[in-house]
Amino acid sequence: MIELKNINKTFKVAKRNAGFSEAVKALFKKEYTYINALQDVSFSIGDGEMVGYIGPNGAGKSSTIKIMSGILTPDSGECMIDGRIPWKDRIAHVKNIGVVFGQRSQLWWDVPVIDSFELIRDIYKVENAEYKKTLSQLIELLNIGEIVKTPTRQLSLGQRMRCEIAASLLHSPKILFLDEPTIGLDAVSKIAVREFIKTINRENKTTVILTTHDMQDIEALTERILLIGKGRILLDGSLSELKTRNSTHKTLTVDYSGEKLPLSEHMTVIKNIDGHAEIIIDTVFLTVSQAISYISSKVEVKDMSVMGETVDEMVVSLYKEFEI
Amino acid sequence: MKKYLSFFRIRFIAGLQYRAAAWAGIATQFAWGGMTLLMFWAFYQNGENSFPMTFPELSSYIWMQQAFLAMFMAWFFDHEIFESITSGNIAYELCRPCNIYSMWFIKNMAIRLSRMVLRCFPILLVAAFLPAPFHITLPPDWLSGVLFLVSIILGFLVLISFSMLIYISAFYMISSVGIRILATSVIEFFAGAVIPIPFFPEALQPIMYALPFASMQNTPFLIYTGHIGEIKALQSIALQLIWFIALMIAGRILIKRALKKIIVQGG
Repeated sequence: MIELKNINKTFKVAKRNAGFSEAVKALFKKEYTYINALQDVSFSIGDGEMVGYIGPNGAGKSSTIKIMSGILTPDSGECMIDGRIPWKDRIAHVKNIGVVFGQRSQLWWDVPVIDSFELIRDIYKVENAEYKKTLSQLIELLNIGEIVKTPTRQLSLGQRMRCEIAASLLHSPKILFLDEPTIGLDAVSKIAVREFIKTINRENKTTVILTTHDMQDIEALTERILLIGKGRILLDGSLSELKTRNSTHKTLTVDYSGEKLPLSEHMTVIKNIDGHAEIIIDTVFLTVSQAISYISSKVEVKDMSVMGETVDEMVVSLYKEFEI
Repeated sequence: MKKYLSFFRIRFIAGLQYRAAAWAGIATQFAWGGMTLLMFWAFYQNGENSFPMTFPELSSYIWMQQAFLAMFMAWFFDHEIFESITSGNIAYELCRPCNIYSMWFIKNMAIRLSRMVLRCFPILLVAAFLPAPFHITLPPDWLSGVLFLVSIILGFLVLISFSMLIYISAFYMISSVGIRILATSVIEFFAGAVIPIPFFPEALQPIMYALPFASMQNTPFLIYTGHIGEIKALQSIALQLIWFIALMIAGRILIKRALKKIIVQGG
């Protein structure tokens, strides 16, 4: 159980204008601006949930993750994770969590991955039998049997990321924080990582909190999303809710023969040349079936497809809506 | 405790990989030790009695210094630690159920010891078979030998707990290069790494002995050579212990304060 109540965090940032005289001035008197990284952030996440935490760069995602993993102390507010305050009880707290920072590495650079794993086993005091069981499960699910004997420095990014995730789960944590786990990965590795996250959430009942900019991650993985912007939680709900709420537009792509397709009301054209048309319809006023029957009454349709708004577009429109 | 042992093991093994560096180090240390001894020899030709140490004592001191250089060289720092602080990779270390201070302390011990193990035996062996008075001799009696062992361990701990303060300073500064250079020269000079402390002016010596730097390599090597008697040796060992505890407590307090205000920046 994760509960955050009214968490606030302000960062102090040194500032000065460009130029030599300004630099000299800054030697004597530094000017600071204060950035409210988090303002009144509150939410709660139940055991075994999988939550996507989204927001533009600098919105406060990583700061929240850092507070929840005990690295960062907030200025005010409460945070209870399984009955503990992370930054006060850091060592006891971190035994129950696993963290993957997509942009950093926890594996020792110059030794084989398996050595890093064994060190992590000792650090977390995992029983040997337990370790072997977890390790073989992780090796199988993440398909890293071939690469664990290779030194980390010789792994590709995708291979390394899979090993990083395995390293974070060796002590079977109850909560897993994933900070951009698919950053920079190719399609195959991305899918492997996603499948794996789904499996451990389903089978081990691990609570997963995922930050990402990759909306396909969110679509593939999470039911619930939290949207953060400018340090505030803007939206907390399910992905399907968000979809119905935002999908008032559909895109129709039509290939036809005959006369140029004339448009009716509530249709906006993107492209309409040489028997190929892309049209956006406003579903509040015109249903998809009405639009289709209108089009087929006017022209000979050869091919047609209907597309809803992608999650990416939805997020962009959300960002716009909340002006972040 | 076991986690710190495995931490020691992984760093120790990793350190043993660098064989070519070890051979290069051995060659350098022979050249350096030889040059230092020849320089002193030239001075001693003028009259051995005007110097505070006898030449055989000095030979032992220099060869011990070269053999155990990896344990006491002040300019050597683990760049991974500085990098983890400046790059924010420390985030991962903070996610471990470990004390950061202990972890870094162990890491430093492991790296230095792994380097020392690769280098010390060839140096000691060859230095023992050099012609007198340039060779290394055994300590004057078994008690000095035992005191030396205690003292070298304590000296090692004092050095590491001092360099921990320099690592921790990286939390407070954007770049720690300046403080590193400053600290390195101060330690090297006052620890007797450039010239043994007995060669300094007598008025300076009480101050130098009181500073933590003399408790690093100076004390064990002087005990080994038999330059200082047993009572003085015991006093110096007590001082080493005091410095080790004081520096370690200071380091632990500072790191605790640093971690409270730490901000790991970036995604």
